[in-house]
This record gives sequence, structure tokens and C-alpha cells, in this order.
Amino acid sequence: MSFAHRHLLGIEQLSPADITAILDLAETYVDLNRQSAKHSDVLSGLTQINMFFENSTRTQASFELAGKRLGADVMNMSMQASSIKKGETLIDTAMTLNAMHPDLLVVRHPHSGAVDLLAQKVNCAVLNAGDGRHEHPTQALLDALTIRRAKGRLHRLNIAICGDIAHSRVARSNLILLGKMENRIRLIGPPTLVPGQFAEFGAEVYDDMREGLKDVDVVMMLRLQKERMDGGFIPSEREYYHRYGLDREKLGLAKADAIVMHPGPMNRGVEIDGTLADDINRSVIQEQVEMGVAVRMAAMELLARNLRGAA
Amino acid sequence: MSNILFTNARLIDPEAGTVERGALLVEGGRIVAQGHEIGVPDHVEVVDCGGKCLAPGIADIGVKVGEPGERHKESYKSAGQAAAAGGVTTIVTRPDTNPAIDTPEALEFVTRRAQADTPVNVLPMAALTKGRQGREMTEIGFLLDAGAVAFTDCDHVVANTKVFSRALTYAKSCGALVIAHPQEPGLSEGAAATSGKFAALYGLPAVSPMAERMGLDRDIALLEMTGARYHADQITTARALPALERAKRNGLDITAGTSIHHLTLNELDVSGYRTFFKVKPPLRSEDDRQAVIEAVRTGLIDTISSMHTPQDEESKRLPFEEAASGAVALETLLPAALRLYHAGQLDLPTLFRAMALNPARRLGLEAGRLSAGAPADLVLFDPDVPFVLDRFTLKSKSQNTPFDGQRMQGRVLATYVAGKAVYRRP
Repeated sequence: MSFAHRHLLGIEQLSPADITAILDLAETYVDLNRQSAKHSDVLSGLTQINMFFENSTRTQASFELAGKRLGADVMNMSMQASSIKKGETLIDTAMTLNAMHPDLLVVRHPHSGAVDLLAQKVNCAVLNAGDGRHEHPTQALLDALTIRRAKGRLHRLNIAICGDIAHSRVARSNLILLGKMENRIRLIGPPTLVPGQFAEFGAEVYDDMREGLKDVDVVMMLRLQKERMDGGFIPSEREYYHRYGLDREKLGLAKADAIVMHPGPMNRGVEIDGTLADDINRSVIQEQVEMGVAVRMAAMELLARNLRGAA
Repeated sequence: MSNILFTNARLIDPEAGTVERGALLVEGGRIVAQGHEIGVPDHVEVVDCGGKCLAPGIADIGVKVGEPGERHKESYKSAGQAAAAGGVTTIVTRPDTNPAIDTPEALEFVTRRAQADTPVNVLPMAALTKGRQGREMTEIGFLLDAGAVAFTDCDHVVANTKVFSRALTYAKSCGALVIAHPQEPGLSEGAAATSGKFAALYGLPAVSPMAERMGLDRDIALLEMTGARYHADQITTARALPALERAKRNGLDITAGTSIHHLTLNELDVSGYRTFFKVKPPLRSEDDRQAVIEAVRTGLIDTISSMHTPQDEESKRLPFEEAASGAVALETLLPAALRLYHAGQLDLPTLFRAMALNPARRLGLEAGRLSAGAPADLVLFDPDVPFVLDRFTLKSKSQNTPFDGQRMQGRVLATYVAGKAVYRRP
């Protein structure tokens, strides 16, 4: 099986076959990760640098663990603390790192398109760990794997994505991926956070959550990104919770076996009821975290195969 | 000053709206006769145009030169050479320099630099408010005396309506032309793209095209109050056009321009986050582009400008949101405009009406015409010759053009200012 991409910059560039290939390989890593001896050496000798220009605990830890389990030499760089403060441009930082010959560069950046820009300037494989409001491809892939395992398929499902769609790269990548796999997607949220343009992507847009959740198979909640807001998108957290927070009553409108997802970190009592999030019969939130490591291992292995092939 | 007889030319006359084979006689820096056949007088140089186009030189309102403050991006010398190579015989410079051109002393500096180094006509504009801060008006009277041809805060909208209305009232009493950037700043703040499917997909902060109409609506209301002379620098959306049409029909002293980039590119050109396509206001939808072309055709939009904005590589090699706005266009204005001619959308007299005649008229200049008595500011060009643009061949100090690597058609062969050749294609 070949994976004809040098980088993983977004879901947009992937074909359904690419997506299936990553998920299939990730399944094998789910098994590996559940064993006591979790080590593989498919990345041994390769250097992975995690460059995070924006705070992240979960994604960075997940990428770090994925690299280490595959035998890569992993280095974390917190870019907020370093060179940008000294006035270095993104491209200069990229060129500097490039000169150290990394093989895999995992990048998160607060601006849309910044990871694409960086990928043009380096020789190694670049994985987008989230760029601005644009894409977060490994999150969409881990969500897809979670759905496929819970539902037994990744097509012809009714999937609701709820909350702050406008500022969410997770929503964008999921919308693209789930659309490519031929699912019906509903976007639910206040119109200030779900601009009508999203209807042009073939999604149905709802501002009434109760109506939107009817008969869906998957309820994907998004974090209310307070730090992204210029202010004034919603009147208050409590009104938001009342109208758009997921609780048992609203979930009752979805299919009886509908699963609840959340990319984390959660604001309990803002977008999701705390006990619902912890209900292992409905919530797959912990499984999403588990799938995250497996999907990142798979993505890095596929890119590394190309690196080794090129060498 | 030499006397020239241009023979065998396709004369593009925007005043008459005609394209005719003929000859043009220039004496003492001015056009003295235009006709099918002109006998060769004594002591003239004869230029055989070989059937190529001869048109009035372009008058470009809104050119940014980096002096003072950013001479490494563009100097008067480099801007003048770029203009000459692009068939632009008059550049009307923007005051959004560092510091802004907001005093007669600063304006005199510009005039001095321009005279020393620039082969084309340079007419400076001055800021409408001090430091382009939108708080206090500049010395409009003194600045007029010093040679300012218009007053503008460029892309800074004077958000305080009281300040703007007073500035318009005062400008009116001096007979000064005010050029504004119609935009509702509350909506457009922080935007890097036009809202729509494209911006949503790319995750870019976006502004609704409605912000332009809201800005224009406000300005039109203030014109009704004050009766000032007003020119909107760039109208780029379909939604703003009915308001402009009504204002003109109601007899307000209003004209409007648009930029060559909004006429020839659309939002999809940004794909891949190409920062050379980041301009202000952002590129619009294809529907908007078509509506604006039609408005130029009918004359509702009066002028086409390059909105020449030099930026160095460093300010463009950044993530899209952080990158500087603007594109150089003095040299690509004519070839880009000819795309509309080759596409059958605008004929040559219409293009030169918008690029030469109307801007000159609005500024009260005699140029922009091929009639006897007009200054002999001329461009000789071949509208058909194809080429691929290499941005590193541009004469500007900055090469941030969105047309790099693109196929263009039409090139300037020679440019004349007051009857003197300031550029000849090698």
C-alpha cells in the first residue's frame, strides 16, 4: 500500500483510500498499545521534532508518545518561549531546524496556513498538529477511527457537530473527512458561531439543537473556545449551556445508540454535562484519546516509509 | 523640447471613444494636431508607430512610494522607472508613509524628492487628518498651496463621523478633493479575506462585503450634509454599486475608483495562502469582480488604479494573517487591464477613459486626452504581444506582484512625458 503524500497538512489533500489506509494501520497500533510491551522500531534512527507555537498538552503528549513508541528520537520545542520572542520569523525558524536534519516535524501554529508555509521550506515530512482555524487532520482521523470502531462503519451515518464551528479547526477537518466518507453532517450552534457559509459545504446548519440532534448516530461536541473569541459571540455561558450544552434530555432526541464525542479539553457544564461525559455507555471521549496515539503512529509510519523510500 | 510626429498609429481617444488609424503631432511638449494624415513639418522627429496603439498616458491615483520611511521598498527613482515602463505618466502618491505626509513641510520633501529623481509627473496627496489618526484635520489650505492634489487617510477610515464631517466641510470650503476608503471599520478589523465559502474553508478571519457598502452609505450621507468633493478609492463589491449610482443620480460630487487587482483576480486566487494576493480590501468573489467590470464599462466606476503598494519579501513571507497587504502594479497595470480587453469585456477607449481621462479630469489636469492643447503624455503599446511575467524583471524595488509567472498579453513600447521619451522598450 502506498501513501502518496510527503506531508500530512490537512484532510483536504487526502483521498478516501488514504484515509482508510491510515485508519487500517492505526488499528494494528491500537492492539500494540494495549500490550505491555508497546515498542516498535519502525521510526528508529529518525528524529521527530514537535514544534508548538501554541499551547498544547494533549496533542503534544500524544505525538510524543506516538513517536517514542515507534522508536524515534523525539524532541519537544515550545516555540512561544523561544525564538519568536526574539523576532525570528517562522521561515527562519524552519530553516534553522531544517539544518539539523529532522525527519518528522510536528507543527502547531495559531495562524491558518502557517504549517503549509513552513512545509514549503523544509526537506522533512511535516505533520500539521493544528493551524489556526484551518485544519487539525490527526484529530479528524482519530475521530474517524473512534466512530468506525463504535459504529462498525464510517459511511452513511448522521453526524452532528455542535458548538463553535467558526473558530474550530477540528470542525473543519471533521467536516471534510466525514464528507469525503459520505456521511450526512449537521452543524449545530448559534449563528454567530456557525456562519451560514458552511451550508455550502453540503452540511445542514441548525441553530436549534433539539431539531438538529434528531436521529443522529454521532454527537460531536466542540470546546467553546473562549480564548479565540473577540467577544460578544454569545450572551453568557449559562445561556449557551441551556441552549447548546449537551445533556441527557437533548441527547434523548438522538438515536438510542448514539455516541458522544469531544476533542477535549472539556468545559464541563458549558458545552457538556459532566456526568454525561463520564458515562461509558454513551461517551467515547476516553477512547478518542487512545485512538489519537494510534492514528499518529500510523500517520508517522506512512510518511516515514516514504522518507526511507526516498533515501 | 523636441517636436514629434507620430505616424501610422492606432490612436486610442478616450474622449471621443474611438480607435482610429492616424497621426499625432506634438510640439513644445503639447499635442497640436490629431488626424488621419498630417504633413511632415520641418524640424520634427517622425516616429512610425507601425500600427501599434498610441494612447494618453495613464494617471494613477494612489501610488505608494516608500519615501519617507521605507525607501528600501520603493524610492521615487525606482517608482518613476516602474511607472515609465508601465506607461504611467502621472503618479498620484499616497501619504501613508512613515511619517505620514500631513504637513506642508513633509509635502515639500516629497515634491523635492520627486522632482530630483522621477521622469514622470508626480502629484502628491496629503493626509486628511494628522498622522492619519482620524482625530484632527491637517492644514488643508497650506497643503493645497504646497501642491497637494487630494486629501486622504488611505486605508485608515476616519471612524469618528463628527471629525470626518468637519474635515469634509472644511475641505469643501477650500475646494479640496477628499479620497476615502469606504469600509465599516468595526466589521473589517482584523480581516484577511472576504467572508464566503473560500474564507470558511481556509479558516481565515473574514469581512463581509457589506462592510464596503456600509462605509460608502455613511460617506454618501455625509456628502449630502456637506456637499464636499469626494472620491471613493476602491469600490470592489456589487452591493456598493446601487448606492453609488443613486448618489451620482442625486447630483452629489462623487466619483469612484477600483483597483486593477479587483478587476482581474478573485478570492480563489489566494488558494494555498499566497500572500502576494493579500490586498486591502481583500479580493472578492467572481460575482463581485464581474459586477465591478460592468460598472467600469458603464462609467459608474470612474477610475482604475494600480494601488501600487510595494512590500519587501520579509513582510510577505509570513503566515497569511500576519503578512502585509498590498501588491506592486505600476508595470503590470496596463498588461493586466488588457486582459479585460482580450476577454472582450472592455474596449480600449473605455480602459483609457478609466486609467487616463477620468483620473486626470477628477484632479483638474489637462492630461488624459489626445486633443490639441493637451500635454503630450503618451503611451505607445502593442496590445497583442504575449509574455510570461518574471517578477524579478520589474523595475520596482519590491517585486510583490500577484502576476508572477502568469501569461500576460500587451506591452509598453515607449512612454512620453511632455513630448519627451522617458521609456523605450529595449
